[in-house]
Formats: sequence, structure tokens, C-alpha cells
Amino acid sequence: MSLGPYATFIVTSYALVTAVVAALIVWVIVDYRRQKARLHDLEASGVVRRSGRSAVDAS
Amino acid sequence: MTLTELANPSRFLALAGRILPWLVAATALVLLIGLYQSATAPDDYQQGATVKIMFIHVPNAWLSMFVWGVMSVAALGTLVWRHPLADVAQKAAAPIGAAFTFLALVTGSLWGRPMWGTYWQWDARLTSVLILFLMYLGLMALWRAVDDPSRAARAAAVLTLVGAINIPIIKFSVDWWNTLHQPASVFRMGGSTLDRAFLIPLLVMAVGFTLLFLTLHIAAMRNEILRRRVRTLQMLQASTSAV
Repeated sequence: MSLGPYATFIVTSYALVTAVVAALIVWVIVDYRRQKARLHDLEASGVVRRSGRSAVDAS
Repeated sequence: MTLTELANPSRFLALAGRILPWLVAATALVLLIGLYQSATAPDDYQQGATVKIMFIHVPNAWLSMFVWGVMSVAALGTLVWRHPLADVAQKAAAPIGAAFTFLALVTGSLWGRPMWGTYWQWDARLTSVLILFLMYLGLMALWRAVDDPSRAARAAAVLTLVGAINIPIIKFSVDWWNTLHQPASVFRMGGSTLDRAFLIPLLVMAVGFTLLFLTLHIAAMRNEILRRRVRTLQMLQASTSAV
């Protein structure tokens, strides 16, 4: 596949989109783990929801 | 399952846990097919291989407006129906929309340099999309500036609905003003002007990026619900330790 004289512009565009999408994916994964860890820590210290159900579990 | 039942955060978390793996797989599959079709698409007779930038630029540009549309519906949910998940949906969508808008601006700029001879022109389409990007950043700053999520949600909802005025301006800017940016070539009266060799990869990539948004949005909403539970438990902890 030849990208011609403007290969730099094409490759840079695709690389940038890949990097930003990867950053978004990492952001949601890291944030999910961080919130779950904080909830686990709070529940381990004895703080529970009024319903008595775990805040980490889905229901 | 009705919308009212889905409004329950616990039920939403359970549903998100079930559908996210399927959405991830569907997104990866469609994007891989789209990337293959983009790589093997022929060169344009005028633009040469730079037409390949279209396959990533246009889906990001569409999504930059679509995400604001989603946030506007969520804003109505916050202000009119006080839907429990509406402000969660709105807050979770903003950074994703900002990222898509940033990518639309930068890939457009990288496409413009070889085709127009310039990275940037203060024409109506480019300027209105830049304003959209700044509005996304403003909305994210607003969420961070107000401590109480429900107060922040109402302020953000008003700003989102006011900002929605910019969406038709972006869409029709190429018709209303004389712009360097080309007029609509896919969704237009009289049908698309794109050849099938370009239209099909473009639509596949657009579906792939829309699935990507859906996946990231649901995951970010799940994170936001957990963040609010952390905040509630921290407040509970602070109140019990104060007694």
C-alpha cells in the first residue's frame, strides 16, 4: 500500500486517533478500578449504605 | 425493561456489566473491518491517498455533534424529568465528546494542509467546531467547579441546551456561508456524492466509532455511579465520625 507524497499526514492522523482512543479506554478502565478500590476501602472500614447492600455490587 | 426501571442505578450497573463485553467485541470487530476497508480503498482521482483521512475524520466530526445531541437529551432529562441517570449520562459523555471533537479538528487540519494548502482557516465550519470543542471543555470545567453533583447537573444542563444552538450552525455552516470546507457529501438532498468504494468504508467506520462511543459512555456512566456512591459513603463516614 503506497500512501504517496502525503504519507506523513495520513500516518499522523491514524496514529493520533489510535492514541486518543487508547487514552479514553485506559481512562475508563483505570477510573473503574480506582472507584471500586475506594468503595472496598470504605466498606472495609465499616461504612455501609443505608440499604445495607454492597456499594460495589451491581444490585 | 422499561425506562423507569432502567433509571435505577443498581439495575443500570447490572445491565452495563452484562452488555459491555458484547459491546466491546462488536466495536472491535466493526472497527477492524472498517480499518481493513479503509486501507484497501482506492486512491481518489484528485486527493490521492489522503482520502484515507476521511475515514477517521468524518466519523469523529459526526460524533462530535451526536454526543452533544445525546447530552442535550440528557439535559432535558435532568431539568424536566429529574431522571436519576440523566446527569450521570451527561457528565460521562462530555470528555468523550471533547476527545472526538479534538480528533475531528486535528485530523481535519492534517487533511487540509495537503488539500487546501493550510492547516487552519477561520471559516464558519472550522470556527463553529472549535467553539463546540471549547464548550465541551467549559462543561467539564463546570462539573469540576461545583461540589454538589445535583447543582452542577442543573447548571451543566442549562449550558448544554444553550450550546445545542451551535449544532445546526455547524451542520448548515457550509450552506449558509461561503466556506473553505466542502459542503455535505453523504447526508444531502439527492443522495450521497461519494462513490461506493469510499462510502461503504466510511459508513462502516462511522458505525464502529458510534459503537465505540456507546461502549465508552456506558463504562464512564458506570464509573460515575460508583464515584457518587464513594461520595455518599465518605459523607456518611464524616457524619458518623463527627457525632
